[in-house]
Amino acid sequence: MSDDDLSLSDSERSAGIVRCDACPVLCRIRPGRAGACDRYANENGTLVRVDPLVLLAKPDLARVAFVEGSNAWSGELGKGEGAFVTGIGATTTYPDYKPAPFIVSSKPEGVDMVTVVTEGIFSYCGVKVKIDTDRYLGPEQAAVRVKGEAVGHVTTAEYGSQMLSLGGVHHLTGGSKKEGVVTCEALLALCNKEAVELAIDGGSTVLVQADKPPVVNGTLEERMRVGCGSAAIGMFAPQWKDHVDEVIVVDDHITGVLSEHQGGRFLDMKPAGIRVRGRKSTAGRYFQVAQPGLGWGGTDVSDPLDIIEKIDPKTAWPGLRLLMVSTTGEHSAWFELDRELRPQPAAMPAPVAKVVERIAENCEPALCTVLFMAGAGGSLRAGVTENPVRLTRSVRDTLTKVTLGGVPAYVWPGGGITLMVDVAKMPEKSFGYVPTPALVAPIEFTLRAEDYAALGGYASRAVTLEDVLSRHKVRLE
Amino acid sequence: MSGAFLPDGRLHLQHGPIDLIVEAFGARREVEAAYRQAIARFGDILPTLVQELPLLRRPVGDAYPLLHGPVARRMVEAVWAHRAQYITPMAAVAGSVADEMLQAMLAGRTLDKAYVNDGGDIAIHLAPGHSLRAGIFVAALDGAVELAYDSPVRGLATSGWGGRSFSLGIADSVTVLASTAAMADAAATVIANAVDADHPAIERQSALSLDPDSDLGELAVTVAVGDLPAEIAVQALERGSAKARELRRRGLIQGAALALKGEWRIEAQASCLTTSAASAR
Repeated sequence: MSDDDLSLSDSERSAGIVRCDACPVLCRIRPGRAGACDRYANENGTLVRVDPLVLLAKPDLARVAFVEGSNAWSGELGKGEGAFVTGIGATTTYPDYKPAPFIVSSKPEGVDMVTVVTEGIFSYCGVKVKIDTDRYLGPEQAAVRVKGEAVGHVTTAEYGSQMLSLGGVHHLTGGSKKEGVVTCEALLALCNKEAVELAIDGGSTVLVQADKPPVVNGTLEERMRVGCGSAAIGMFAPQWKDHVDEVIVVDDHITGVLSEHQGGRFLDMKPAGIRVRGRKSTAGRYFQVAQPGLGWGGTDVSDPLDIIEKIDPKTAWPGLRLLMVSTTGEHSAWFELDRELRPQPAAMPAPVAKVVERIAENCEPALCTVLFMAGAGGSLRAGVTENPVRLTRSVRDTLTKVTLGGVPAYVWPGGGITLMVDVAKMPEKSFGYVPTPALVAPIEFTLRAEDYAALGGYASRAVTLEDVLSRHKVRLE
Repeated sequence: MSGAFLPDGRLHLQHGPIDLIVEAFGARREVEAAYRQAIARFGDILPTLVQELPLLRRPVGDAYPLLHGPVARRMVEAVWAHRAQYITPMAAVAGSVADEMLQAMLAGRTLDKAYVNDGGDIAIHLAPGHSLRAGIFVAALDGAVELAYDSPVRGLATSGWGGRSFSLGIADSVTVLASTAAMADAAATVIANAVDADHPAIERQSALSLDPDSDLGELAVTVAVGDLPAEIAVQALERGSAKARELRRRGLIQGAALALKGEWRIEAQASCLTTSAASAR
């Protein structure tokens, strides 16, 4: 389309007519009237969105989010210095048969910059979810279900956390329609920071919400473990030394045994002769002391003595003081060996209880983190430049900065513009969807004006930030 | 462009002024495939249509306008029969989009029934033995019609002065049944224009003064209808009825229901709109 399609004659302009470019009809709208769709109107010479799109549940037009740069945003819509127009509510077309809705030029610190603002329709997208918990959520590769539909799978266990991979093109469009729709709904809710209940085959049900603690089988997970069992031994050994004869830190990954552990040996602790179940890794470190589960330290253990295989009468002694504790300090028990060397529960001495509390204190709050991951394909790039591959190269060369709703995205090395962004940092209701099904997310490309021209950008379509602020209903975030 | 499945499972597609509600009935796999086809077809509808907008906004005259887009061709075909009066292909745009989308949905599919509702202009598919009930809303549910497989009706459209498009007449509502949504759309426009009278209570303005892009140019369109003496309203309705009868006799429509100020006229063959006539208030 040529620029002529968009320009108005002088007489039209003096009659207060505005041109709507929200869709290819390009209505000319007289003051006080709406366009053919009844969604955009001319309000005193300004094109405004009459109401938000009901089904996309999207907010008003372009929103000004925070701001990069040193100047604190004053909240005024004056010159918009330091303001950053996000793609939220910018709308788009698919495929991109016209330039992106907003190409905004600004001049922070004297450098001419251009931000291409659009909303991307991402058929290739999903979320990576990190759930801070030691509780057993399910076996690796198990299907993760919403309303009975597979929407993703359990992937690796990471430090104090379990990763899930949800969405992706195979669930969105590769399965049944219901699978695609349910996946899209779940992704949309997670990305918009809403809670979603995920059921894992052969495992737990977990309520996940970005930036909130997980709820595993109805129990709120408050803390992330301080470290694995072995790490906990290392961290607290000196504080226990004078008050205990043995400490066993119960952990589904690595259970630590103080007297055998390097940390205990270093403090010249006497071997206690208490052998835990499982497979010995190195001194004082044991794998698989029990099955994974929702009990102590992510095991299925509710009575910690279950993990003790035997107590060696040649080494142990009556009156031996034993602390058993989980990696979050959430579970703990104090035992003393009787004459037959049987552990008997007893009142925990205050100095020991204090260290147990300290374990809890040193745990970070458990959170769910949701990273939106998507690939910006050829069509979306075509809204930015006539020569899409140059945009990819420019991003790769870090000449172009990619943000989603104003939040910097991590761009994967390799082909395409495959990015990840923390949805918790993005403004409310940043995401929408289309029935493809695919998610719609705001995306902005910011680069120097001269670089933009060089990569074949629609430089003539650039408008100033001031224009955007004056022409559109703007919501402050 | 946007779209979503409504909570009741119907598909909603919207792009600029096109706003569709789509529903299919039948075996689940067939229904799902039909929806996929509808979604796939939809993206191209408006972009292709707008390429020929200038020609589509011009009144049809002696020469049959040559257009390329499939929706544009449907529009011209539907309005061609009405060229004796002022009409542009835009009079059939909504119905033509509905017909085109329905065809895209049906290709290769086996469905019991299906419809595409483009803002009240509805394209209908019925398999043998199936029927669809459509309501006519003016103030409330004012009429209903049962569309059966053995009737030739596959399109339904409503026009009036209060809707999104301008009308030259004063009808509150004219609902037309025809063999396609495009034909129903064009005929509803023509009949609604004919429901007219000359009275000071009727306020009109030039279409261009309201919308610089209007296909009606300087023609005066209705912007308000005040209190009308009963005989004036009846007269207007009779004019509309006469037009509807003419169109039915020419085979362009199957039936029409006209409403103005609480008065109704039904123009139909006995078999077609009896349901509507019986329940119309």
